[in-house]
Amino acid sequence: MEFFLQQLINGFTLGGIYALIALGYTMVYGIIQLINFAHGEFFAAGGYMGVILLSFFASKGYMQTHPWLCLGGALLLAMLFCAFLAMAVEKVAYKPLRHSTRLAALVSALGMSIFLSNGLMLTQGVYDKPYPSGFAQGGFEFGLITVSYLQITIVLVTIGLLIFLNILVFKTRIGKAMRSTAQDKVMSALVGINSNKIISLTFAIGAGLAAAAGIMVGLYYGSVNYTMGFVPGIKAFAAAVLGGIGNITGAMLGGLIIGMVEIFGAGYISGQYKDVFAFVILISVLYFRPTGIMGENVDDTRV
Amino acid sequence: MAVEPILELRDVHTSYGAIKALKGVSLTVRPGEIVTIIGANGAGKSTTLMAICGIIGLQQGEIYYNGEPIHGQDADLLPPKGLCQVPEGRRIFPRLTVEENLEMGAFFRRDTKAIQQDMAHVFDLFPVLEDRRTQKGGTLSGGEQQMLAIGRALMSRPKLLLLDEPSLGLAPMIVQKIFEIIATINQDGTTILLVEQNANIALQSAQRGYVLETGRITMEDDARKLLDNPRIREAYLGEV
Ligand SMILES: Nc1ncnc2c1ncn2[C@@H]1O[C@H](COP(=O)(O)OP(=O)(O)OP(=O)(O)O)[C@@H](O)[C@H]1O
Ligand SMILES: [Mg+2]
Repeated sequence: MEFFLQQLINGFTLGGIYALIALGYTMVYGIIQLINFAHGEFFAAGGYMGVILLSFFASKGYMQTHPWLCLGGALLLAMLFCAFLAMAVEKVAYKPLRHSTRLAALVSALGMSIFLSNGLMLTQGVYDKPYPSGFAQGGFEFGLITVSYLQITIVLVTIGLLIFLNILVFKTRIGKAMRSTAQDKVMSALVGINSNKIISLTFAIGAGLAAAAGIMVGLYYGSVNYTMGFVPGIKAFAAAVLGGIGNITGAMLGGLIIGMVEIFGAGYISGQYKDVFAFVILISVLYFRPTGIMGENVDDTRV
Repeated sequence: MAVEPILELRDVHTSYGAIKALKGVSLTVRPGEIVTIIGANGAGKSTTLMAICGIIGLQQGEIYYNGEPIHGQDADLLPPKGLCQVPEGRRIFPRLTVEENLEMGAFFRRDTKAIQQDMAHVFDLFPVLEDRRTQKGGTLSGGEQQMLAIGRALMSRPKLLLLDEPSLGLAPMIVQKIFEIIATINQDGTTILLVEQNANIALQSAQRGYVLETGRITMEDDARKLLDNPRIREAYLGEV
């Protein structure tokens, strides 16, 4: 029983992170029907921005005096950096191909992914970069279950970002413009919406969330690597497909499910197969229910 | 002295790939008028409206709105200037609610109070929309969608409203109602360019009319005179 609860908590932590990444895939797909294979790279870039900023803060001694401020600052700056990076990527690699075939844009996305991860390797090196330690150490112990402060932090930040995103997309004027653009670009132009700006903004938001996820993964596992975007990127993509690609609630649910399945699969079946479960789900969904669990039948939260 | 036109097309040419859709369309709309363009399927009526709104680029020719050249301008810059279209097929945002659809009509506006008043005005014109305000646009009936499309356009406080086949697919009762509302909107000060296949009702509500045939304007006259013209009666009003 303790083991089960412990796994539940771990699964929730990991699932939230996948959810954050999955949202970027699903929003971009919802608005321009492109699977942005470079999206995992924004996650990795966020992880690196986190390590660079937090190490800098640590070297100045701020981490010891104001740890929360440092984390908040690093999160914000990394999210902004990746948002601008994503807008640049969109402008260079996708916008010129918007009226070409979908295959052309897909190939461009794959190329962009390789370009960005090589860029990370060249500027940051091939070796793991350790996160400064000592942040939010310790935790609660309930019998055999431990919930670290770090886990609590990650879960709270994740929930905060998910709530923020939902309000942004479903309640604000800009969010409604995003959904309009996703639904009918010509009509959106006819009411005065500049779809280029909205598409650019969508990339920025998705990348910002992925960057936050990157920092949290860096904190959780203690280090980052230039290849770190690949596997979580594909798992988050599986989460987006599982939830019904284009569907916001679906991506959040899908991320949670993939995280849970991975943790429980590793715990109860075999740790060696932990990366396999997401792909089994991805293939099963594509085979049995390509529209995903929240697909076109429950259409309310498609962008 | 003649009033300056609110809209003027001069020798407008457009094409879809190799297909020439408009082959030199010229027309004028003066402030306060209801002008109609009638024509058969595929004549180029919708293309004309989309060209005016900047959705389709011109190959040749010029378009002036209040004396300002608007050809080559981005489409999204025109609604703030008071140029607005209710397109063919209504194009309601299907997964936005009725209320959100109306809000999008006022997208470029920031005067929240006035937007609320305009929405109340739309609900006065179309009470059925108020009952459905939280319903998804895509679940409305055809007639309700047409009302919503017109309401959405009104939310931008248009000076010139382009209407593409507002009667399409609607029962005669509803068509009657829609055209009454169009007359009201015009009396409230909005100039209207109306595209219709239903030439009878269009010519009855308009002051002037143009006949568009395969991308060319072939006739232009007072709406009354077009209604009485035997050729029009035969070709567009189903009389032999
Ligand atoms: N997207 C497009 N691609 C290619 N050809 C098009 C496209 N849209 C319209 N056309 C062609 O351009 C011509 C004019 O079309 P348009 O839609 O303007 O006609 P219309 O007068 O509005 O007809 P209807 O009364 O049926 O709505 C037609 O021959 C049509 O086939
Ligand atoms: Mg048409």
